[in-house]
Amino acid sequence: MKFGVVVFPGSNCDHDAYHVISKHVGQPVDFIWHKETDLSGFDAVIVPGGFSYGDYLRAGALARFSPVMKSVKDFAAEGKFVFGICNGFQILCESGLLPGALMRNAGLNFVCRHVNIRTENQYTPFTNELELGNVLSIPIAHAEGNYTCDDATYDLLEENNQIVFRYCDENGEITQESNPNGARANIAGICNQDRNVLGMMPHPERACEELLGSNDGRNIFRSLTNAIAAVEA
Amino acid sequence: MKANVYVTLKPSVLDPQGKAIHHSVELLGFQQIADIRQGKYFEIALDDSVNETEAGEVVERIARDVLANPVIEDYRIEIVK
Repeated sequence: MKFGVVVFPGSNCDHDAYHVISKHVGQPVDFIWHKETDLSGFDAVIVPGGFSYGDYLRAGALARFSPVMKSVKDFAAEGKFVFGICNGFQILCESGLLPGALMRNAGLNFVCRHVNIRTENQYTPFTNELELGNVLSIPIAHAEGNYTCDDATYDLLEENNQIVFRYCDENGEITQESNPNGARANIAGICNQDRNVLGMMPHPERACEELLGSNDGRNIFRSLTNAIAAVEA
Repeated sequence: MKANVYVTLKPSVLDPQGKAIHHSVELLGFQQIADIRQGKYFEIALDDSVNETEAGEVVERIARDVLANPVIEDYRIEIVK
């Protein structure tokens, strides 16, 4: 089993992801420079958070044209796992691997704090360690996390059960007050129809150590490890 | 040959930045403003060898594939000689 963490100019959560995979998930992991195109040997690719290309034009818009992204698309098409976190989620949306777009936060501010998210679909490779309704405490840190899509896309997301996480209060209630950025229907994370691509704004790699205030992120990485092991078996 | 490209949020998409600017303009004393929407403007210089038809096609592709995100944005192109 091998994880890859893509590094764009401006990525800044690449080392956090690497640290969590190697130290807490205990699996081999390599960085993948954005100019590389060979993803053979990897079972899962993490597109990490940060400010790829300085967020120029739109967050994630320029990273889409990096050579590695064509390979990431092929990788996803083969059914392998792709996990976009924060800027990675923005890049996956810009690349068309996930539907919709992430706009400027409704409150205009960069929001950096722990939020609660509710598990909306436990039947994905990223959530098999969770149960429906489980509430996770995971930090966010973004200015463009306001998920938006048209009505037709939203209906499809609902119909196919592609909404994986929603912002909620500590009791798991989906409220307007618990929505940190104005995202449509409190959406914090979605997957593709085939369930092998997940994008989420919260940072589970920053919630894998008690010292950092929460361990809840480990569930997501453990789930992914289970999923890879199931494919290998 | 030059092209100007204007990228604007679709009318159905909320524009919190435009709203904040509108609010500031009102604080400045302009109460008669109905709405302000923020957008992006690009000036593209093309090689002299490119004719007007080609310029239109090239800039259309650039606007659609790079400058605008069709999920949330519209664009308008002006070819300037």
